[in-house]
Amino acid sequence: MDSGIQAANRRVLGKLLWVVAGMFGFVFALVPLYDIFCQVTGLGGKTAATAAVISDVQVDEGRLVTVEFVANLNQDLPWKFHPEVVEMQVHPGKTYKTSYYAENLADHVITGHAVPSVAPGNAARHFKKTECFCFTEQRFESGEGRDMPVYFMLDPKLPADVRRVTLSYTFFDKGGA
Amino acid sequence: MSTATTHDTHHAEHQSGLLRWVFTTNHKDIGTLYLLFSLLMFFVGGAMAMVIRAELFQPGMQVVDPMFFNQMTTMHALIMIFGAVMPAFVGLANWLIPMMIGAPDMALPRMNNWSFWILPFAFAMLLSTLLMAGGAPAGGWTMYPPLVLQTGDAFPFLIFSVHLMGISSIMGAINVVVTIVNMRAPGMTLMKMPLFVWTWLITAYLLIAVMPVLAGAVTMLLTDKFFDTSFFNAAGGGDPVMFQHIFWFFGHPEVYILILPAFGIVSQIIPTFARKPLFGYSSMVYATASIAFLSFIVWAHHMFTVGMPLTGELFFMYATMLIAVPTGVKVFNWVSTMWRGSMTFETPMLFALGFVVMFTIGGFSGLMLAIAPVDFQYHDTYFVVAHFHYVLVTGAIFAIMAAAYYWLPKWTGHMYNETLGKWHFWLSTLFVNVLFFPQHFLGLAGMPRRIPDYSVQFAEFNMISSLGGFAYGLTQLLFVYIVFQTIRGGAKATDQVWEGAKGLEWTLPSPPPYHSFETAPQIK
Repeated sequence: MDSGIQAANRRVLGKLLWVVAGMFGFVFALVPLYDIFCQVTGLGGKTAATAAVISDVQVDEGRLVTVEFVANLNQDLPWKFHPEVVEMQVHPGKTYKTSYYAENLADHVITGHAVPSVAPGNAARHFKKTECFCFTEQRFESGEGRDMPVYFMLDPKLPADVRRVTLSYTFFDKGGA
Repeated sequence: MSTATTHDTHHAEHQSGLLRWVFTTNHKDIGTLYLLFSLLMFFVGGAMAMVIRAELFQPGMQVVDPMFFNQMTTMHALIMIFGAVMPAFVGLANWLIPMMIGAPDMALPRMNNWSFWILPFAFAMLLSTLLMAGGAPAGGWTMYPPLVLQTGDAFPFLIFSVHLMGISSIMGAINVVVTIVNMRAPGMTLMKMPLFVWTWLITAYLLIAVMPVLAGAVTMLLTDKFFDTSFFNAAGGGDPVMFQHIFWFFGHPEVYILILPAFGIVSQIIPTFARKPLFGYSSMVYATASIAFLSFIVWAHHMFTVGMPLTGELFFMYATMLIAVPTGVKVFNWVSTMWRGSMTFETPMLFALGFVVMFTIGGFSGLMLAIAPVDFQYHDTYFVVAHFHYVLVTGAIFAIMAAAYYWLPKWTGHMYNETLGKWHFWLSTLFVNVLFFPQHFLGLAGMPRRIPDYSVQFAEFNMISSLGGFAYGLTQLLFVYIVFQTIRGGAKATDQVWEGAKGLEWTLPSPPPYHSFETAPQIK
């Protein structure tokens, strides 16, 4: 093979290797992009990680939305975990209080972290929590059980076709065992 | 032709014996290695399919335990996709692209050697997991977390073997692109290239674009499992659904990687046996490019049920259906090529015709699956299994068989046994339909995929399907016999082999000299 073609081959090879490296980098760039996309569009069911500040909201007395509460445990966590009530009828714009009960059945201290998720995805942005046990880690002594309050409000801007919203918490073991 | 033969002597320095195959940088040797490796993997993966069909022969747990069944479905898919179909296409590319464009060899011969020899190691590693504590990967070839993270000792072996397969196909693809871009004979303009070369050029770009995406995704799985990252771990702020998005961003172009070279093969074979030039050559090229482009914007149709907003479902549904347009252009062009042609039905033509008919059946069931509202019913059922086996077995595998029969006389210098070839085609076609057609009904009736046991109302169709499966598997042994019989001897093949064959590879002797086109031919 003559050297002119070989040099040309190496040039094309070099360019293609840059494409390969670029696409490998692109996958990792997708991770933050995915989070931003979900935040902007409210997809993925993730709610805000910090308390919402609510001011000046008109209560929509004419509309009733059903809110369901779900509790899950992950990694075979030896806990009891359930909501105080499984369902509430709420008016958008009004703040409500409910609570979840958790109890550590293990013989050692466990620190857990609850991750919330809202379904349908387009309701997630409008599910405002002014206080939630999910904002901080929860430490439970062996055998300790307690009620953990959640204060929440549904934004009146909640899309009109949403009549039922599910709030789910999954408790993960954060170590400390 | 004469230049080619005189040049044969001065490269006689290649090693003899087994080491010749280890050190070879010759595109024909490497093509042969790829094809034989692919044939071996076809039977390894096929044996796993036989275990699956044996277990599903009757309801209840019969032959293997459920964990092993899951290992079989996972490994069958990985081996057939990455070990059988992809290496077969790369092998064909190695053998044919230099001969078709009038080049002496592939552009980067040493890298070519390396890209093949990585594969046996990758698959030895993957297959070794069958012997490990906890067994082989069993979470499905799609490797969805968190399930795949429960894989035992096999997990890092799975990830690293996927890395190796990825590196191998990226190197193979780069070689194809560089060869086609730089090594064409004078006068071989892009729009004069045979369609097999065109489809492979586009496939190679797809590979270069998406194999690094798969590599990145499995690397994230690896760090999630061993280095406490939380890419897909909800407890740490990650999202398992993101894996599905990344995986299918790779996965959908991947399924076109598995079919575009098949389109190229069929576009070479049909004009030969219809004795007419390909109808709509340039529309074929543009259709292939359109399919490749669309493959990047349809990935979420694999995950309609994850909870997408309506706009997302609609977008992915319509984008998916749009693919039917360029695919339809291709099917109609093949049919138009045959229209009023002087057709004969040798084995390669039979397999190519089988491809056109049965791939289209798979395409139609794909259109049904593209309809988002009904996909909620079909998702993860045997309907999906039937769909992708029609496009991959009667599509990709039939095209590879067609290619093997079509070019085998060129490669070996001997004609294969036409009678046995026809038997192979008709038995395969009969049994593959007995095997996969009933799976449509099973899926529509609600039988889930990847489950070792099933409700009794599915018993009859499963038994029919299993019988078809065993018969189809046995029939493929006939192919091995025919191939080795042809390698060992047979009627001498002419240079042109087929009366209607056109293209540079048919101007070379059969078998072609070790080094061909060292002096580039002139294309009119």
